[in-house]
Amino acid sequence: MDGNLNALTTVFTEFYYWVTVVFMFLIHVGFCMYEVGASRRRNHMHTLMKNVMIIPLVTVTFFFFGWWIYFAFPNFFPGMGGIGFEAAASYTPWSENMGTHLGDHITGVFWAAFLLFSWTAASIVSGSVIERIRSSALWLHAVMIGSVWWIIDAAWGWHWDGWMVKALGYHDAYASGVIHAIAGGYALGVIMVLGPRLGKFAKDGTPRDIPPHNPWMLAIGIFLIYTGFWGFYAACNVPIIAPEVIGGQIVGTTWTGTNIYLAPTTLSAITFNFLMSLSGGLMAAYVVSKGDAFWTFSGGLAGVIAASAGNDLYHPIQAMLIGALNVVIVYKLHYWIERRFKLDDAVGAVAVHGYSGIVGLVIAGFALWGQPSSPYEGYATINPIGQIIGALIMFGLLGFLPGWVLAKMQAAAGVLRIPEAVELQGLDYAENHAYEDALAKVIEAEKAHLGSK
Amino acid sequence: MSTNGLESWAVDLAEVGAVYPFQGWEFAMTVVGVIFWLGWHRIQYVRESAHLDEAAKAVDKDKIMKSVERY
Repeated sequence: MDGNLNALTTVFTEFYYWVTVVFMFLIHVGFCMYEVGASRRRNHMHTLMKNVMIIPLVTVTFFFFGWWIYFAFPNFFPGMGGIGFEAAASYTPWSENMGTHLGDHITGVFWAAFLLFSWTAASIVSGSVIERIRSSALWLHAVMIGSVWWIIDAAWGWHWDGWMVKALGYHDAYASGVIHAIAGGYALGVIMVLGPRLGKFAKDGTPRDIPPHNPWMLAIGIFLIYTGFWGFYAACNVPIIAPEVIGGQIVGTTWTGTNIYLAPTTLSAITFNFLMSLSGGLMAAYVVSKGDAFWTFSGGLAGVIAASAGNDLYHPIQAMLIGALNVVIVYKLHYWIERRFKLDDAVGAVAVHGYSGIVGLVIAGFALWGQPSSPYEGYATINPIGQIIGALIMFGLLGFLPGWVLAKMQAAAGVLRIPEAVELQGLDYAENHAYEDALAKVIEAEKAHLGSK
Repeated sequence: MSTNGLESWAVDLAEVGAVYPFQGWEFAMTVVGVIFWLGWHRIQYVRESAHLDEAAKAVDKDKIMKSVERY
Protein backbone atom coordinates (compact mmCIF):
# COMPACT_ATOMS: atom_id res chain seq x y z
CA MET A 1 0.00 0.00 0.00
CA ASP A 2 1.99 2.98 -1.23
CA GLY A 3 0.41 6.35 -0.45
CA ASN A 4 -2.36 7.20 2.00
CA LEU A 5 -5.16 7.20 -0.58
CA ASN A 6 -4.29 3.71 -1.72
CA ALA A 7 -4.02 2.58 1.89
CA LEU A 8 -7.41 4.07 2.72
CA THR A 9 -9.05 2.51 -0.34
CA THR A 10 -7.56 -0.88 0.44
CA VAL A 11 -8.58 -0.86 4.10
CA PHE A 12 -12.05 0.46 3.20
CA THR A 13 -12.47 -2.40 0.71
CA GLU A 14 -11.23 -4.89 3.29
CA PHE A 15 -13.69 -3.60 5.88
CA TYR A 16 -16.52 -3.45 3.33
CA TYR A 17 -16.24 -7.15 2.48
CA TRP A 18 -15.81 -8.05 6.14
CA VAL A 19 -19.11 -6.36 6.98
CA THR A 20 -20.91 -8.16 4.14
CA VAL A 21 -19.60 -11.49 5.43
CA VAL A 22 -21.01 -10.85 8.90
CA PHE A 23 -24.38 -9.86 7.41
CA MET A 24 -24.41 -12.93 5.20
CA PHE A 25 -23.99 -15.18 8.23
CA LEU A 26 -27.63 -14.32 8.88
CA ILE A 27 -28.59 -16.21 5.72
CA HIS A 28 -27.38 -19.40 7.31
CA VAL A 29 -29.03 -18.62 10.63
CA GLY A 30 -32.24 -17.98 8.69
CA PHE A 31 -31.97 -21.24 6.76
CA CYS A 32 -31.46 -23.15 10.01
CA MET A 33 -34.55 -21.58 11.56
CA TYR A 34 -36.56 -22.09 8.40
CA GLU A 35 -35.65 -25.76 8.12
CA VAL A 36 -36.24 -26.51 11.78
CA GLY A 37 -39.56 -24.64 11.67
CA ALA A 38 -40.60 -26.64 8.62
CA SER A 39 -39.58 -30.00 10.08
CA ARG A 40 -41.60 -32.06 12.51
CA ARG A 41 -40.69 -32.22 16.20
CA ARG A 42 -39.19 -35.65 15.92
CA ASN A 43 -36.54 -34.38 13.48
CA HIS A 44 -35.49 -31.03 14.91
CA MET A 45 -31.98 -31.68 16.10
CA HIS A 46 -31.06 -33.74 13.09
CA THR A 47 -32.37 -31.05 10.76
CA LEU A 48 -30.44 -28.37 12.60
CA MET A 49 -27.21 -30.35 12.77
CA LYS A 50 -27.43 -31.24 9.09
CA ASN A 51 -27.43 -27.58 8.17
CA VAL A 52 -24.95 -26.39 10.79
CA MET A 53 -22.26 -28.85 9.75
CA ILE A 54 -22.43 -27.49 6.21
CA ILE A 55 -20.52 -24.53 7.61
CA PRO A 56 -17.23 -26.25 8.49
CA LEU A 57 -17.32 -28.79 5.68
CA VAL A 58 -17.83 -26.26 2.94
CA THR A 59 -15.41 -23.85 4.59
CA VAL A 60 -12.45 -26.22 4.70
CA THR A 61 -13.05 -27.54 1.18
CA PHE A 62 -13.51 -24.05 -0.16
CA PHE A 63 -10.12 -23.27 1.34
CA PHE A 64 -8.52 -26.43 -0.09
CA PHE A 65 -9.83 -26.18 -3.65
CA GLY A 66 -12.99 -24.09 -4.13
CA TRP A 67 -11.31 -20.70 -4.19
CA TRP A 68 -8.61 -21.92 -6.55
CA ILE A 69 -11.28 -23.11 -9.00
CA TYR A 70 -12.71 -19.60 -9.26
CA PHE A 71 -9.45 -18.21 -10.60
CA ALA A 72 -8.36 -21.28 -12.58
CA PHE A 73 -11.58 -22.13 -14.42
CA PRO A 74 -12.90 -18.95 -16.14
CA ASN A 75 -11.86 -20.32 -19.53
CA PHE A 76 -11.93 -24.04 -18.73
CA PHE A 77 -14.36 -24.98 -21.48
CA PRO A 78 -13.76 -26.56 -24.89
CA GLY A 79 -12.28 -24.00 -27.26
CA MET A 80 -11.93 -21.29 -24.61
CA GLY A 81 -8.35 -21.69 -23.36
CA GLY A 82 -8.10 -24.29 -20.57
CA ILE A 83 -7.18 -24.09 -16.89
CA GLY A 84 -5.47 -20.87 -15.79
CA PHE A 85 -2.81 -22.29 -13.48
CA GLU A 86 -0.81 -19.08 -13.48
CA ALA A 87 -3.77 -16.81 -12.75
CA ALA A 88 -4.81 -19.06 -9.87
CA ALA A 89 -1.37 -19.64 -8.36
CA SER A 90 -1.99 -17.17 -5.53
CA TYR A 91 -5.13 -19.04 -4.48
CA THR A 92 -3.82 -22.54 -3.87
CA PRO A 93 -4.09 -23.53 -0.20
CA TRP A 94 -0.30 -23.49 0.04
CA SER A 95 0.02 -19.94 -1.33
CA GLU A 96 1.33 -17.23 1.01
CA ASN A 97 -1.71 -15.12 0.12
CA MET A 98 -3.99 -17.71 1.67
CA GLY A 99 -2.66 -16.90 5.12
CA THR A 100 -1.69 -14.14 7.52
CA HIS A 101 -0.01 -11.73 5.16
CA LEU A 102 0.57 -8.04 5.86
CA GLY A 103 0.82 -7.20 2.19
CA ASP A 104 -2.57 -8.71 1.24
CA HIS A 105 -5.64 -7.19 2.87
CA ILE A 106 -8.17 -8.46 0.35
CA THR A 107 -7.78 -12.18 -0.33
CA GLY A 108 -9.11 -13.31 3.06
CA VAL A 109 -12.26 -11.18 3.06
CA PHE A 110 -12.97 -11.78 -0.64
CA TRP A 111 -12.54 -15.52 -0.09
CA ALA A 112 -14.94 -15.32 2.85
CA ALA A 113 -17.54 -13.40 0.83
CA PHE A 114 -17.54 -16.14 -1.80
CA LEU A 115 -17.49 -18.79 0.90
CA LEU A 116 -20.71 -17.45 2.36
CA PHE A 117 -22.28 -17.81 -1.10
CA SER A 118 -21.06 -21.41 -1.03
CA TRP A 119 -22.80 -22.09 2.28
CA THR A 120 -25.97 -20.65 0.79
CA ALA A 121 -25.83 -22.89 -2.27
CA ALA A 122 -25.41 -25.95 -0.05
CA SER A 123 -28.07 -24.82 2.39
CA ILE A 124 -30.63 -24.38 -0.38
CA VAL A 125 -30.20 -28.06 -1.24
CA SER A 126 -30.35 -29.01 2.44
CA GLY A 127 -33.87 -27.61 2.83
CA SER A 128 -35.41 -29.74 0.09
CA VAL A 129 -34.29 -33.05 1.52
CA ILE A 130 -35.14 -32.71 5.21
CA GLU A 131 -36.53 -35.57 7.29
CA ARG A 132 -35.32 -38.45 5.13
CA ILE A 133 -31.75 -37.99 3.87
CA ARG A 134 -28.72 -39.39 5.66
CA SER A 135 -26.52 -36.61 7.02
CA SER A 136 -23.44 -38.24 5.51
CA ALA A 137 -25.08 -38.16 2.07
CA LEU A 138 -26.18 -34.53 2.35
CA TRP A 139 -22.74 -33.41 3.53
CA LEU A 140 -21.12 -34.93 0.48
CA HIS A 141 -23.61 -33.04 -1.69
CA ALA A 142 -22.87 -29.88 0.31
CA VAL A 143 -19.16 -30.15 -0.48
CA MET A 144 -19.86 -30.78 -4.17
CA ILE A 145 -22.34 -27.96 -4.70
CA GLY A 146 -20.60 -25.57 -2.30
CA SER A 147 -16.96 -26.08 -3.22
CA VAL A 148 -17.06 -27.46 -6.77
CA TRP A 149 -20.10 -26.95 -8.97
CA TRP A 150 -21.26 -23.49 -8.00
CA ILE A 151 -17.75 -22.07 -8.07
CA ILE A 152 -17.20 -23.52 -11.55
CA ASP A 153 -20.33 -21.68 -12.65
CA ALA A 154 -19.04 -18.54 -10.93
CA ALA A 155 -15.75 -18.83 -12.81
CA TRP A 156 -17.65 -19.23 -16.08
CA GLY A 157 -20.42 -16.68 -15.65
CA TRP A 158 -19.56 -14.51 -12.66
CA HIS A 159 -15.97 -13.50 -13.30
CA TRP A 160 -14.84 -10.55 -15.41
CA ASP A 161 -12.88 -13.00 -17.60
CA GLY A 162 -15.43 -15.84 -17.63
CA TRP A 163 -16.04 -17.46 -21.01
CA MET A 164 -19.82 -17.17 -20.64
CA VAL A 165 -19.54 -13.42 -20.18
CA LYS A 166 -17.23 -13.04 -23.16
CA ALA A 167 -18.92 -15.42 -25.58
CA LEU A 168 -22.58 -15.39 -24.51
CA GLY A 169 -22.92 -11.90 -23.03
CA TYR A 170 -24.13 -13.66 -19.88
CA HIS A 171 -25.27 -11.17 -17.26
CA ASP A 172 -26.19 -12.26 -13.75
CA ALA A 173 -25.05 -9.47 -11.45
CA TYR A 174 -26.66 -10.70 -8.19
CA ALA A 175 -26.67 -14.40 -8.95
CA SER A 176 -30.14 -15.44 -10.15
CA GLY A 177 -28.37 -18.22 -11.97
CA VAL A 178 -24.95 -18.67 -10.43
CA ILE A 179 -26.35 -19.33 -6.95
CA HIS A 180 -30.09 -19.88 -7.16
CA ALA A 181 -30.68 -21.69 -10.45
CA ILE A 182 -27.78 -24.05 -9.87
CA ALA A 183 -28.77 -24.83 -6.27
CA GLY A 184 -32.41 -25.32 -7.24
CA GLY A 185 -31.41 -27.57 -10.13
CA TYR A 186 -29.10 -29.54 -7.86
CA ALA A 187 -31.86 -29.96 -5.27
CA LEU A 188 -34.21 -31.20 -7.99
CA GLY A 189 -31.68 -33.81 -9.09
CA VAL A 190 -31.31 -35.07 -5.52
CA ILE A 191 -35.01 -35.21 -4.58
CA MET A 192 -35.83 -37.05 -7.81
CA VAL A 193 -33.66 -39.92 -6.59
CA LEU A 194 -34.31 -39.53 -2.87
CA GLY A 195 -38.10 -39.78 -3.12
CA PRO A 196 -40.82 -38.14 -1.05
CA ARG A 197 -41.28 -38.28 2.71
CA LEU A 198 -43.59 -41.04 3.94
CA GLY A 199 -47.16 -39.82 3.76
CA LYS A 200 -46.47 -37.01 1.33
CA PHE A 201 -48.61 -38.58 -1.39
CA ALA A 202 -51.90 -40.43 -1.06
CA LYS A 203 -52.30 -43.81 -2.77
CA ASP A 204 -53.91 -42.16 -5.77
CA GLY A 205 -50.92 -39.81 -6.05
CA THR A 206 -52.60 -36.74 -4.61
CA PRO A 207 -50.01 -34.66 -2.73
CA ARG A 208 -50.61 -33.92 0.95
CA ASP A 209 -49.44 -30.75 2.61
CA ILE A 210 -47.00 -31.50 5.44
CA PRO A 211 -47.40 -28.25 7.37
CA PRO A 212 -44.51 -26.66 9.25
CA HIS A 213 -44.64 -27.34 12.97
CA ASN A 214 -43.80 -23.70 13.75
CA PRO A 215 -44.79 -20.96 11.26
CA TRP A 216 -43.34 -18.28 13.55
CA MET A 217 -39.91 -19.80 13.34
CA LEU A 218 -40.28 -19.94 9.59
CA ALA A 219 -41.21 -16.25 9.44
CA ILE A 220 -38.25 -15.12 11.52
CA GLY A 221 -35.98 -17.44 9.57
CA ILE A 222 -36.92 -15.94 6.26
CA PHE A 223 -36.64 -12.38 7.58
CA LEU A 224 -33.07 -13.24 8.56
CA ILE A 225 -32.50 -14.62 5.07
CA TYR A 226 -33.78 -11.33 3.61
CA THR A 227 -31.34 -9.43 5.83
CA GLY A 228 -28.41 -11.61 4.88
CA PHE A 229 -29.42 -11.42 1.25
CA TRP A 230 -29.03 -7.66 1.47
CA GLY A 231 -25.48 -8.17 2.65
CA PHE A 232 -24.99 -10.60 -0.20
CA TYR A 233 -25.98 -7.86 -2.65
CA ALA A 234 -23.28 -5.58 -1.27
CA ALA A 235 -20.77 -8.43 -1.36
CA CYS A 236 -21.39 -8.88 -5.09
CA ASN A 237 -20.04 -5.38 -5.74
CA VAL A 238 -16.56 -3.94 -5.84
CA PRO A 239 -17.08 -0.90 -3.58
CA ILE A 240 -14.62 1.53 -5.16
CA ILE A 241 -12.21 1.32 -8.06
CA ALA A 242 -10.49 3.66 -10.50
CA PRO A 243 -11.08 3.29 -14.26
CA GLU A 244 -7.36 2.83 -14.86
CA VAL A 245 -7.37 -0.12 -12.48
CA ILE A 246 -10.25 -1.72 -14.39
CA GLY A 247 -8.30 -1.11 -17.59
CA GLY A 248 -11.32 -1.41 -19.88
CA GLN A 249 -13.17 0.98 -22.13
CA ILE A 250 -14.28 3.46 -19.46
CA VAL A 251 -12.70 6.89 -20.04
CA GLY A 252 -12.06 9.71 -17.58
CA THR A 253 -10.90 9.52 -13.98
CA THR A 254 -14.18 9.13 -12.06
CA TRP A 255 -13.91 6.37 -9.48
CA THR A 256 -16.92 4.06 -9.22
CA GLY A 257 -18.45 1.06 -7.58
CA THR A 258 -18.89 -1.91 -9.90
CA ASN A 259 -20.67 -5.21 -10.15
CA ILE A 260 -18.73 -8.48 -10.23
CA TYR A 261 -17.93 -7.95 -13.93
CA LEU A 262 -16.27 -4.62 -13.07
CA ALA A 263 -19.07 -2.76 -14.89
CA PRO A 264 -20.23 0.40 -13.08
CA THR A 265 -23.17 0.39 -10.67
CA THR A 266 -24.01 1.88 -7.27
CA LEU A 267 -25.11 0.57 -3.89
CA SER A 268 -27.98 3.02 -4.14
CA ALA A 269 -29.24 1.42 -7.36
CA ILE A 270 -29.22 -2.08 -5.98
CA THR A 271 -30.86 -0.96 -2.74
CA PHE A 272 -33.79 0.48 -4.70
CA ASN A 273 -34.12 -2.68 -6.69
CA PHE A 274 -33.63 -5.13 -3.83
CA LEU A 275 -36.50 -3.57 -1.90
CA MET A 276 -38.81 -3.13 -4.87
CA SER A 277 -38.33 -6.70 -6.12
CA LEU A 278 -38.84 -7.99 -2.57
CA SER A 279 -42.09 -6.02 -2.40
CA GLY A 280 -43.27 -7.19 -5.81
CA GLY A 281 -42.61 -10.78 -4.81
CA LEU A 282 -44.39 -10.48 -1.45
CA MET A 283 -47.44 -8.79 -2.96
CA ALA A 284 -47.84 -11.25 -5.81
CA ALA A 285 -47.27 -14.24 -3.53
CA TYR A 286 -49.89 -13.00 -1.08
CA VAL A 287 -52.41 -12.76 -3.89
CA VAL A 288 -51.56 -15.94 -5.78
CA SER A 289 -51.36 -18.09 -2.62
CA LYS A 290 -54.48 -16.45 -1.13
CA GLY A 291 -52.56 -15.20 1.89
CA ASP A 292 -50.67 -18.42 2.69
CA ALA A 293 -47.89 -17.36 5.07
CA PHE A 294 -45.37 -19.95 3.89
CA TRP A 295 -45.67 -18.88 0.26
CA THR A 296 -45.97 -15.18 0.95
CA PHE A 297 -42.64 -15.14 2.82
CA SER A 298 -40.98 -17.31 0.20
CA GLY A 299 -42.48 -15.16 -2.53
CA GLY A 300 -40.55 -12.14 -1.29
CA LEU A 301 -37.36 -14.10 -1.66
CA ALA A 302 -38.39 -15.41 -5.07
CA GLY A 303 -39.08 -11.86 -6.19
CA VAL A 304 -35.58 -10.72 -5.32
CA ILE A 305 -34.00 -13.82 -6.84
CA ALA A 306 -35.74 -13.31 -10.17
CA ALA A 307 -34.76 -9.65 -10.45
CA SER A 308 -31.21 -10.30 -9.27
CA ALA A 309 -29.73 -11.04 -12.68
CA GLY A 310 -30.32 -7.44 -13.75
CA ASN A 311 -30.80 -5.55 -10.50
CA ASP A 312 -27.71 -3.44 -11.22
CA LEU A 313 -29.44 -2.00 -14.27
CA TYR A 314 -33.24 -2.21 -13.85
CA HIS A 315 -35.52 0.64 -12.86
CA PRO A 316 -37.08 -0.10 -9.44
CA ILE A 317 -40.56 -0.48 -10.94
CA GLN A 318 -39.19 -2.97 -13.45
CA ALA A 319 -37.60 -4.89 -10.56
CA MET A 320 -40.94 -4.91 -8.74
CA LEU A 321 -42.86 -6.18 -11.75
CA ILE A 322 -40.27 -8.84 -12.57
CA GLY A 323 -40.38 -10.04 -8.97
CA ALA A 324 -44.17 -10.20 -9.05
CA LEU A 325 -44.46 -11.92 -12.42
CA ASN A 326 -41.90 -14.50 -11.42
CA VAL A 327 -43.76 -15.47 -8.28
CA VAL A 328 -46.94 -16.23 -10.21
CA ILE A 329 -44.98 -18.44 -12.61
CA VAL A 330 -43.00 -20.38 -10.03
CA TYR A 331 -45.95 -20.87 -7.67
CA LYS A 332 -47.98 -22.51 -10.43
CA LEU A 333 -44.97 -24.45 -11.67
CA HIS A 334 -44.21 -25.81 -8.19
CA TYR A 335 -47.64 -27.39 -7.76
CA TRP A 336 -47.84 -28.62 -11.33
CA ILE A 337 -44.48 -30.39 -11.05
CA GLU A 338 -45.30 -31.75 -7.59
CA ARG A 339 -48.48 -33.36 -8.90
CA ARG A 340 -47.08 -34.47 -12.25
CA PHE A 341 -43.78 -35.96 -11.08
CA LYS A 342 -44.61 -36.74 -7.42
CA LEU A 343 -41.68 -34.75 -6.10
CA ASP A 344 -41.43 -33.72 -2.46
CA ASP A 345 -39.51 -30.48 -2.12
CA ALA A 346 -40.00 -29.88 1.60
CA VAL A 347 -39.35 -26.13 1.57
CA GLY A 348 -40.15 -25.24 -2.04
CA ALA A 349 -36.47 -24.57 -2.73
CA VAL A 350 -36.53 -25.83 -6.30
CA ALA A 351 -39.26 -23.34 -7.13
CA VAL A 352 -38.13 -20.39 -5.03
CA HIS A 353 -34.47 -20.67 -6.05
CA GLY A 354 -34.28 -22.84 -9.15
CA TYR A 355 -37.25 -21.78 -11.25
CA SER A 356 -36.93 -18.17 -10.10
CA GLY A 357 -33.29 -18.18 -11.17
CA ILE A 358 -34.19 -19.42 -14.64
CA VAL A 359 -37.05 -16.96 -15.04
CA GLY A 360 -34.82 -14.11 -13.86
CA LEU A 361 -32.06 -14.93 -16.32
CA VAL A 362 -34.42 -15.19 -19.27
CA ILE A 363 -36.25 -11.95 -18.42
CA ALA A 364 -32.90 -10.15 -18.10
CA GLY A 365 -31.96 -11.33 -21.58
CA PHE A 366 -34.94 -9.49 -23.03
CA ALA A 367 -35.06 -6.50 -20.69
CA LEU A 368 -31.33 -5.74 -21.01
CA TRP A 369 -30.95 -6.82 -24.65
CA GLY A 370 -28.03 -5.06 -26.35
CA GLN A 371 -26.52 -3.57 -23.19
CA PRO A 372 -22.82 -4.19 -22.50
CA SER A 373 -22.10 -7.21 -20.33
CA SER A 374 -18.63 -5.94 -19.48
CA PRO A 375 -16.44 -2.83 -19.55
CA TYR A 376 -13.95 -4.70 -21.75
CA GLU A 377 -13.81 -4.60 -25.52
CA GLY A 378 -14.89 -7.56 -27.62
CA TYR A 379 -17.39 -9.08 -25.19
CA ALA A 380 -20.83 -10.13 -26.46
CA THR A 381 -23.64 -7.84 -25.37
CA ILE A 382 -26.48 -9.07 -23.17
CA ASN A 383 -29.02 -11.04 -25.23
CA PRO A 384 -31.87 -13.53 -24.73
CA ILE A 385 -30.12 -16.50 -26.37
CA GLY A 386 -27.02 -16.08 -24.20
CA GLN A 387 -29.19 -15.85 -21.09
CA ILE A 388 -31.27 -18.92 -22.03
CA ILE A 389 -28.13 -20.96 -22.71
CA GLY A 390 -26.74 -19.62 -19.43
CA ALA A 391 -29.88 -20.72 -17.57
CA LEU A 392 -29.59 -24.23 -19.04
CA ILE A 393 -25.93 -24.43 -18.02
CA MET A 394 -26.64 -23.23 -14.48
CA PHE A 395 -29.80 -25.20 -13.72
CA GLY A 396 -29.19 -28.25 -15.89
CA LEU A 397 -25.54 -28.90 -16.66
CA LEU A 398 -23.92 -27.73 -13.41
CA GLY A 399 -26.93 -28.12 -11.10
CA PHE A 400 -29.40 -30.89 -11.89
CA LEU A 401 -27.01 -33.31 -13.58
CA PRO A 402 -24.28 -33.53 -10.89
CA GLY A 403 -26.89 -33.71 -8.11
CA TRP A 404 -28.80 -36.50 -9.84
CA VAL A 405 -25.65 -38.51 -10.68
CA LEU A 406 -24.22 -38.36 -7.16
CA ALA A 407 -27.60 -39.16 -5.60
CA LYS A 408 -27.96 -42.15 -7.96
CA MET A 409 -24.55 -43.42 -6.88
CA GLN A 410 -25.43 -42.99 -3.22
CA ALA A 411 -28.79 -44.71 -3.72
CA ALA A 412 -27.11 -47.63 -5.51
CA ALA A 413 -24.72 -47.98 -2.57
CA GLY A 414 -27.60 -47.79 -0.09
CA VAL A 415 -26.25 -44.70 1.65
CA LEU A 416 -28.69 -42.02 0.53
CA ARG A 417 -31.88 -42.46 2.53
CA ILE A 418 -32.53 -43.35 6.16
CA PRO A 419 -34.39 -46.61 6.96
CA GLU A 420 -38.19 -46.40 6.98
CA ALA A 421 -38.47 -47.31 10.67
CA VAL A 422 -36.15 -44.45 11.58
CA GLU A 423 -38.10 -42.03 9.40
CA LEU A 424 -41.28 -42.93 11.30
CA GLN A 425 -39.66 -42.77 14.74
CA GLY A 426 -37.95 -39.56 13.78
CA LEU A 427 -34.26 -38.93 13.35
CA ASP A 428 -34.08 -37.59 16.88
CA TYR A 429 -35.53 -40.82 18.24
CA ALA A 430 -32.62 -41.47 20.58
CA GLU A 431 -32.74 -37.96 22.08
CA ASN A 432 -36.54 -37.97 22.23
CA HIS A 433 -36.73 -41.37 23.87
CA ALA A 434 -34.11 -40.39 26.40
CA TYR A 435 -36.08 -37.20 27.12
CA GLU A 436 -39.38 -39.04 27.51
CA ASP A 437 -37.83 -41.79 29.63
CA ALA A 438 -36.28 -39.13 31.87
CA LEU A 439 -39.64 -37.32 32.17
CA ALA A 440 -41.44 -40.53 33.02
CA LYS A 441 -38.92 -41.35 35.75
CA VAL A 442 -39.11 -37.89 37.32
CA ILE A 443 -42.92 -37.85 37.26
CA GLU A 444 -43.03 -41.32 38.76
CA ALA A 445 -40.61 -40.32 41.51
CA GLU A 446 -42.57 -37.17 42.33
CA LYS A 447 -45.85 -39.09 42.48
CA ALA A 448 -44.24 -41.64 44.77
CA HIS A 449 -42.97 -38.83 46.98
CA LEU A 450 -46.45 -37.28 47.19
CA GLY A 451 -48.00 -40.68 47.90
CA SER A 452 -45.64 -41.30 50.80
CA LYS A 453 -46.90 -38.19 52.68
CA MET B 1 14.93 -17.81 17.13
CA SER B 2 11.49 -17.05 15.76
CA THR B 3 9.00 -19.36 14.02
CA ASN B 4 8.12 -16.71 11.43
CA GLY B 5 11.52 -15.01 11.01
CA LEU B 6 10.49 -11.82 12.86
CA GLU B 7 12.09 -11.12 16.21
CA SER B 8 10.95 -7.49 16.58
CA TRP B 9 8.69 -4.99 14.79
CA ALA B 10 11.67 -2.77 13.90
CA VAL B 11 10.91 -3.32 10.23
CA ASP B 12 9.60 -1.47 7.18
CA LEU B 13 6.09 -2.88 6.79
CA ALA B 14 6.35 -2.48 3.02
CA GLU B 15 8.87 -5.29 3.11
CA VAL B 16 6.86 -7.64 5.32
CA GLY B 17 4.60 -10.25 3.73
CA ALA B 18 3.52 -13.51 5.35
CA VAL B 19 3.87 -13.64 9.13
CA TYR B 20 2.52 -17.07 10.04
CA PRO B 21 4.82 -19.66 11.61
CA PHE B 22 6.60 -22.44 9.72
CA GLN B 23 6.65 -20.78 6.31
CA GLY B 24 7.75 -23.23 3.65
CA TRP B 25 5.58 -26.00 5.14
CA GLU B 26 2.35 -24.85 3.46
CA PHE B 27 2.01 -27.87 1.19
CA ALA B 28 2.56 -30.30 4.05
CA MET B 29 -0.02 -28.41 6.12
CA THR B 30 -2.46 -28.74 3.22
CA VAL B 31 -1.93 -32.51 3.15
CA VAL B 32 -2.60 -32.70 6.90
CA GLY B 33 -5.71 -30.55 6.45
CA VAL B 34 -7.10 -32.72 3.67
CA ILE B 35 -6.49 -35.88 5.71
CA PHE B 36 -8.34 -34.27 8.64
CA TRP B 37 -11.28 -33.41 6.37
CA LEU B 38 -11.55 -36.83 4.69
CA GLY B 39 -11.00 -38.60 7.99
CA TRP B 40 -13.91 -36.70 9.48
CA HIS B 41 -16.24 -37.92 6.72
CA ARG B 42 -15.08 -41.49 7.30
CA ILE B 43 -15.64 -41.37 11.07
CA GLN B 44 -19.02 -39.69 10.69
CA TYR B 45 -20.21 -42.15 8.04
CA VAL B 46 -19.26 -45.22 10.09
CA ARG B 47 -20.93 -43.87 13.23
CA GLU B 48 -24.10 -42.80 11.43
CA SER B 49 -24.45 -46.17 9.69
CA ALA B 50 -24.12 -48.04 12.98
CA HIS B 51 -26.61 -45.68 14.63
CA LEU B 52 -29.20 -46.11 11.86
CA ASP B 53 -28.76 -49.90 11.75
CA GLU B 54 -29.35 -50.11 15.47
CA ALA B 55 -32.38 -47.85 15.27
CA ALA B 56 -33.90 -49.81 12.40
CA LYS B 57 -33.54 -53.06 14.35
CA ALA B 58 -34.89 -51.78 17.66
CA VAL B 59 -38.40 -51.17 16.40
CA ASP B 60 -40.91 -50.52 19.17
CA LYS B 61 -44.36 -49.93 17.69
CA ASP B 62 -45.61 -47.98 20.70
CA LYS B 63 -42.69 -45.62 20.55
CA ILE B 64 -43.07 -45.20 16.80
CA MET B 65 -46.76 -44.41 17.31
CA LYS B 66 -45.88 -41.83 19.97
CA SER B 67 -43.33 -40.22 17.64
CA VAL B 68 -45.82 -40.04 14.79
CA GLU B 69 -48.44 -38.50 17.07
CA ARG B 70 -45.97 -35.88 18.34
CA TYR B 71 -45.79 -34.56 14.74
